[in-house]
Amino acid sequence: MDDYTSHHTPNRARRSDPEDMLPIDPDTNVSDAPVSGPARPIHLRWRYISLVAVGGTVGSAAREAVSLAIPPMAGIPVAIFLINIAGALFLGALLESLARRGPDEGRRRTLRLLLGTGFAGGFTTYSALATDTGFLLAGGQLWDGAGYAVVTVVVGAVATLTGIGLAAGHHRRQLAAAGGDR
Amino acid sequence: MTPLLFLGLSAAGGIGSVLRLIVDGTIKAHTRTTFPIGTMIINVTGALLLGFVTEIMLRDILPDAWRLIIGTGLLGGYTTFSTASFESVRLIQQHRYLSALVNSLGMLSLSIAAALTGAVLGGLL
Repeated sequence: MDDYTSHHTPNRARRSDPEDMLPIDPDTNVSDAPVSGPARPIHLRWRYISLVAVGGTVGSAAREAVSLAIPPMAGIPVAIFLINIAGALFLGALLESLARRGPDEGRRRTLRLLLGTGFAGGFTTYSALATDTGFLLAGGQLWDGAGYAVVTVVVGAVATLTGIGLAAGHHRRQLAAAGGDR
Repeated sequence: MTPLLFLGLSAAGGIGSVLRLIVDGTIKAHTRTTFPIGTMIINVTGALLLGFVTEIMLRDILPDAWRLIIGTGLLGGYTTFSTASFESVRLIQQHRYLSALVNSLGMLSLSIAAALTGAVLGGLL
């Protein structure tokens, strides 16, 4: 993270439209070229599995810490809502930032698996969203349940877009500061 | 919550996250669609299991500590909201609006239905 935030990383790949390069699913093995020997997919390599395990452990610990700190209000799990929105914003910014810096390899892949698939994936949760909503609905709180679920998904999409936009803006400012493009 | 339980929950979240990586990668290796079906399957199956776990805890079949480790930890780490949201936004950016709708509100409805199904199954125990 250090070099990325302190702007020491050169912008190796300045693509005209990074959106075309970014896979829909951040875990797609698009550039999983073998360095030596037979290629093993990301999800079967111990190094990558370890990164996701560490990130997922820390993310889950952070989720539980926030859950313990913020109690539900009127049966609505406010903590999980805030966690999912914050995690969506973070993942949008992370993946956009990494994609603009170059292909998914080396340190960029390490950061994606540790912070994206691991931390953000472990921090946010869908099972709690679905189960809490299901129990609200089953308990007769139809509007609370439906509202909680739909607002989470809509605000989550806005947060993701905001994260992508923040990273894109940051990247453009860096290029301008470096006396680069246009 | 005891420190040991907190650590156990966190470690279970790490294991759940690795399961997500493996399930998603395996699904992707065996499908040709560009629709992010892996995350959908992960979140729906995770919701089904959490509905089940929550219901059997409420019926005192499962101690609350195990609900925290298996439910909050393992299944919380296994399922993910951030990736689902990111994939939906990518689909919108590619003007695949029907796919985006299926991946957002479709996944939401399916997951809620799965959680309720899990709870009903837990009630049968």
